[in-house]
Amino acid sequence: MEFKDYYEIMGVSRDATQEEIKRAYRKLARKYHPDVSKEPDAEEKFKQLGEAYEVLKDPEKRAAYDKLGANWKAGQEFHPPPDWDAGFEFRGGGFTGAGEGVDYSDFFESLFGGGFRRAGGRGGFHARGQDTHAKVLIDLEDAYRGAVRHITLQAPEVDAQGHVTTRQRTLKVNIPKGVREGQQIRLAGQGAPGIGEGPAGDLYLEIAFKPHPFYRVEGKDVYLDLPVAPWEAALGGRVKVPTPAGTLELKIPPGSNTGKKMRLKGKGIPARQPGDFYVELKVMTPPAESEEQKALYRRMAEKFSYNPRSGLGV
Amino acid sequence: MAGMKERIMEGVLLDEECSLTLAELSRACAARGEWVMELVEEGILEPSGGTPAEWRFAAPSLQRARVVRNLQRDLGVNLAGAALVLDLLDEVERLRARLRRFESGC
Repeated sequence: MEFKDYYEIMGVSRDATQEEIKRAYRKLARKYHPDVSKEPDAEEKFKQLGEAYEVLKDPEKRAAYDKLGANWKAGQEFHPPPDWDAGFEFRGGGFTGAGEGVDYSDFFESLFGGGFRRAGGRGGFHARGQDTHAKVLIDLEDAYRGAVRHITLQAPEVDAQGHVTTRQRTLKVNIPKGVREGQQIRLAGQGAPGIGEGPAGDLYLEIAFKPHPFYRVEGKDVYLDLPVAPWEAALGGRVKVPTPAGTLELKIPPGSNTGKKMRLKGKGIPARQPGDFYVELKVMTPPAESEEQKALYRRMAEKFSYNPRSGLGV
Repeated sequence: MAGMKERIMEGVLLDEECSLTLAELSRACAARGEWVMELVEEGILEPSGGTPAEWRFAAPSLQRARVVRNLQRDLGVNLAGAALVLDLLDEVERLRARLRRFESGC
């Protein structure tokens, strides 16, 4: 297990006041909040921050943590010294993510995990398990066809001795045709186990699409930039268009240009009212490599009296 | 254990035709019903139906409510502030989508 330097994570000195710690937390929490931040590792950073704050905001936990000494470096192999917490009394609750199945690092659990997490399982008490949430990344193609996906979830679990362990479980879930980004799939009874004889909660899966190299998705509409040759744009013609549902043929009207938008109605994400598929033309310049190709371009320059910059007045 | 988990699970897709009751929504947010009612009062959620017992929330309400709850819990934002954040997040998302269109169009 690695030592975690909570002061470093929060960017405060070891003698920071409780007020300074609170301010540092507020500032970093805004920066890395997963619902707001688009930083790539926001979620992980936010989790670490929450854990650091959980310890440093509580004078008892902070004092116990400080007692480990200032010589530890982040990442160093760590085992809690025996009796390290003698003389400290940790009060339960007050968790940043109380009740949401927060999973703290092993480091945190080894120090503060034991005692107060046991609260839940008193005899004779029954309650429904909590609803849990997870995000699932799928391919856009899955939304068109439907798919079965294996979803691996890490869930903190309290064993009979009150220790928290992370349990991994894999679910095989049917992703229905027509799902869209941000939608939720509810799996009844797959959330946190109930307390006593209470039923398990539900699991909500939030759908997100993996970024696609050429399709963009907005709601149920799908967008594609379609490269075309100058002669296809100028003379019109039929060209092949890839869509997540397979290749289609698109008729390009003569005299088209870069930026021309065309709509393939109902070829977006399927639904009772399916989305549309939008194609935006992008005229590509064929490279003039051989002498013959260069000669052709020169002939075009002669035969067309075309000034692409006439609109700019030059 | 592996064998048991091999069965394919069918979930309920919360799409346009699907709506949540007050109880379902508050449970999914690990919050009390009163809290959801505050969100309705603030105009953050707009359920159909007259009385709280008849309220039906459109599926996207769940995501919105959860963002509000996370902001309240993690950042100490009040409801009016959270409503503002939601509106701004929608705006940022719209702008990002436009930006993506322009960036890939170059």
